[in-house]
Amino acid sequence: MESTRPENRLSARGIRLGYGDRVVVGRDQGLDLPVPDGALTVVVGPNGCGKSTVLRALGRLLRPSAGQVLLDGRAIESMPTRVVAQHLALLPQSPTAPEGLTVRDLVGRGRHPHQRWFSTASAADDDAVGRALAQVGLTDLADRVVDELSGGQRQRAWIALALAQETDLLLLDEPTTFLDLCHQLEVLDLVHSLVHPPQVGQGGRAGRTAVVVLHDLNLTARYADHVVAVQDGAVVASGTPAEVFTEELLEQVFSVRARVLEDPVAGGPLIVPLPARHAVVLPSGAAAPARATDQTTDQTTDQNTDQTTDQNTDQNTDRNTHPLTAGATR
Amino acid sequence: MTATAARPQRRPGELHHDPRGTRRRRTLLVTALVAATALAAAASLALGSGTVPLRTALAALADGPAAALRAGASESAVVVWQLRVPRTALGLLAGAALGVAGALMQGHTRNPLADPGLLGITHGAGLAVVLAAVTLGSDGVLPASTTVAAALVGAAGGALVVVAVAAGGRRLNDPLTLVLAGAAVTALLASLVQAVILADATGLQAYRFWAVGSLAGGTGDVVALAAPVALVGLVLGLAGARSLDLLALGDDLARGAGLRVGPARLLGVAAIVLLVGAATAACGPVAFVGLVVPHVARALVGPVHRWLLPVSGLVGMVLVLLADVVGRLVVAPAEVPVGVVLAVLGGPAFVALVRRRRLVSL
Amino acid sequence: MSAGLLEARGARAVRVGPVSARLHLRMLGAVLVAAALLVVVVAVDLSRGSAQLGLGDVVGVLTGGGEAGARFVVTELRLPRTATGAAVGALLGLSGALLQAFARNPLASPDILGVDRGAAAGALLVILAATALPAAAGPLQAVGVPVAAGAGALATAGLIYALAWRRGVEGARLVLIGIGIAAALQGLISFMLIGARLEWAAEAVRYLSGSLSGRGYEQVAQAGLALAVLLPVALVLGHRLDALVLGDDSARALGVGLQRSQLAVLLVSVAAAAAAVVASGPIGFVALLVPQVALRLAGSAARGRPPVLLSALLGSALVVAADCVGRTGLFFALSNEVPVGVVTSVIGAPYLMWLLVRRARGRTV
Repeated sequence: MESTRPENRLSARGIRLGYGDRVVVGRDQGLDLPVPDGALTVVVGPNGCGKSTVLRALGRLLRPSAGQVLLDGRAIESMPTRVVAQHLALLPQSPTAPEGLTVRDLVGRGRHPHQRWFSTASAADDDAVGRALAQVGLTDLADRVVDELSGGQRQRAWIALALAQETDLLLLDEPTTFLDLCHQLEVLDLVHSLVHPPQVGQGGRAGRTAVVVLHDLNLTARYADHVVAVQDGAVVASGTPAEVFTEELLEQVFSVRARVLEDPVAGGPLIVPLPARHAVVLPSGAAAPARATDQTTDQTTDQNTDQTTDQNTDQNTDRNTHPLTAGATR
Repeated sequence: MTATAARPQRRPGELHHDPRGTRRRRTLLVTALVAATALAAAASLALGSGTVPLRTALAALADGPAAALRAGASESAVVVWQLRVPRTALGLLAGAALGVAGALMQGHTRNPLADPGLLGITHGAGLAVVLAAVTLGSDGVLPASTTVAAALVGAAGGALVVVAVAAGGRRLNDPLTLVLAGAAVTALLASLVQAVILADATGLQAYRFWAVGSLAGGTGDVVALAAPVALVGLVLGLAGARSLDLLALGDDLARGAGLRVGPARLLGVAAIVLLVGAATAACGPVAFVGLVVPHVARALVGPVHRWLLPVSGLVGMVLVLLADVVGRLVVAPAEVPVGVVLAVLGGPAFVALVRRRRLVSL
Repeated sequence: MSAGLLEARGARAVRVGPVSARLHLRMLGAVLVAAALLVVVVAVDLSRGSAQLGLGDVVGVLTGGGEAGARFVVTELRLPRTATGAAVGALLGLSGALLQAFARNPLASPDILGVDRGAAAGALLVILAATALPAAAGPLQAVGVPVAAGAGALATAGLIYALAWRRGVEGARLVLIGIGIAAALQGLISFMLIGARLEWAAEAVRYLSGSLSGRGYEQVAQAGLALAVLLPVALVLGHRLDALVLGDDSARALGVGLQRSQLAVLLVSVAAAAAAVVASGPIGFVALLVPQVALRLAGSAARGRPPVLLSALLGSALVVAADCVGRTGLFFALSNEVPVGVVTSVIGAPYLMWLLVRRARGRTV
């Protein structure tokens, strides 16, 4: 189990979560999730594993029936909602903006935790909105109606709302679901630049801490600094993408038989699922046998599978010598 | 496929179910329901502000209507034939018609909260009758044929609005929007009725009858005219049972399965109009039967319309008759109209339906 | 950062010490237009009737002068009615604006929360009690009925809220349950009407159909007081509503106490509708129609929800105009008055159809 380092600003300790009588997270023992500061943490897991539930608990949207979520050493439940909102911003799944709202108005709502009913347009508010719009690159579209934007732009507007809150902690629940790939990349590039700003001089802000729930494993591997794999309401593995995305884990948690190769562009792990039933014709003209034959071989040692399938693997990768996959039995 | 342990092979597509057992269960249920209906009818004949013992009631029935008209006929015979039989007949008619109409509506709108009363169809019929009473009637009294005709026209108008709303696709067809629209349409129609009455007081005669659904006011000729109309509606509705099962999957899937969606919809709407028009012509606006009955029926025999529709009719009959009996007993010698009883019971039933996490979706 | 970049088109930030707000020119314009409309409608209403007065006479009376005859007609006969109508209209507009923002649905209306039925049921209960206890009839009727009506309205809304509670209140569930309770109440009301004696039934019918006839300064005071209290509260709640309309999760993420804020919004909406019903009986469609018209008038300056002040002004104008039409039988050429509730329903019908058709065509309203 992970040790909970005192310098994690946000962490979940021994939490159990559920809806009604149904316990979704932390059934056997409470779930621990320390969020490393200044890093982009991605929570992954199969559908229904409880990853969104955990994120919502971290964001104080759900109260744990056991354990606590700590923010700066204090139990988040004991803090007033308003104060929490000044330190932690959360973007829920599939947010909907009311019709007719402009981008500027939407982002302006992010200032709510810092406002009172009689003070809704202070200079600080305007500055924060302007900065947020600039960071997401929507300054030119500030007066457009949110409904008219593309999926990626709309999501960026919502992220700008979270940014206008001026918090160090960002929680994003499936920000890329339903987006085209190019927009998914757009959003994740933005989040990455928020966590690791290219120049620290931009408005004097250092990097933020972000926790994101994602479905796509390869995007996770590409962008995450820290990955937490959740299955059935418990953390199965956590660490760097390379540490977490092993073939065993992929099979165990995601029920996917895959090869983990080296990403030729970014260097991290690249997950390539194995074909299920039919044979695949490779550029060399030789057919790769289907996964079925793999089942007859010893599943725990790579060498055997290498023998039967490697004769025809993609010539671009040399699996046998790659540190990630050669003989790996983790 | 695999070289591992041999497993008992199931034929592809074979489901683990017991068709003969289900059929037996369903038949039993239907028989029980028919018996329940008979019991309810018997109760309706026997109970009331002056209780007639069942044997006497049955004897009076056996003697035939002529016996009641003879001078010196026993009081029981008169009560049974003049009052209770028409009432019971109305109850059966309205219950069956509204139950089936409700099931049809919920099927066609794919909305578990659809009800001819809540969606304003019954009020449309009522408004038409009031209008007719004012414009065509003499002193607010209308010949039975005009009443039925007006009710049908009004119901058709109401149905048209509902169809237009529900056919708007996903955007309009969420349960909330449809019901809200129905509530607004109902409110509108109710005010229009008021407007008509204000303009012409003779409408008040007809209005009082329409304000609350009741089994008491049905004259024999209205029933005699409404019954065949309802019957035609029933036949049309049952004929469309199979297409409703396909439509439940969505218009596109239904089309893909070979169904001509337009004609099927039209058939269904025609059935609804006939059924609701007949029931409203006979009893005035009665709500909630069409809402609650299909849910009960679905819980009993499942969503297949071949069974759902007839069972809805049976359950509707039982419900209306029992509500009427309750209305007769609760404040005897006065009477609570069946529409009121159903509203007071149906409202909480609707609330309970909404509160359930998952409404029994189609 | 230059201020020019940050200012929205047509909006200026106004800052005085710790207080700051953004004024949208379009909203300002719309409010002025609505206020002007209200003034015109009031003037016309005060001048029309069996004794036709000129607009000049009306203005004269209102500004303190005017000849005795005109003053009598205006201040004794017409002004109480018009003022009640204006106050009731404002209450209805405000109630509808809050509720539609809360439910995030343009079809939501406070009538649906059973407010008018609750009021009628409350009034009927007291009336029946008066029938049963003739000794207490006098005081019961004078004070009891309006109080019971108001209490009935609030109790009904409370019941609906409680029934809709399930780890929080969802707008959709609240509205649906409201419809069910309203229908059940309608049945109870019909039942009570059967039981009540005819003389009292006439009194009860007053609570069943909206009308401004016979309304005196008493009603003006009632409705006016409610408005004076509730309108400022509604405006203050606007800030929280801005967060609420983003959705429950987003609102909580922004630091809004969700249950508390929802309750406050509902309470104000119901209280406003209840006050209106007590003063005039149920006047339909105003709370449904007016907020959407206000939304359209304000455009993007509305910022995602029906504007409260504008809805109140338009509501006033609508009710006064409808009452003028009904009272003078303008359209019907009748000898009888047409109650304002009927006129608003007749106006409301085509609007409702248009709204539904528009929604059907996929153009979200």
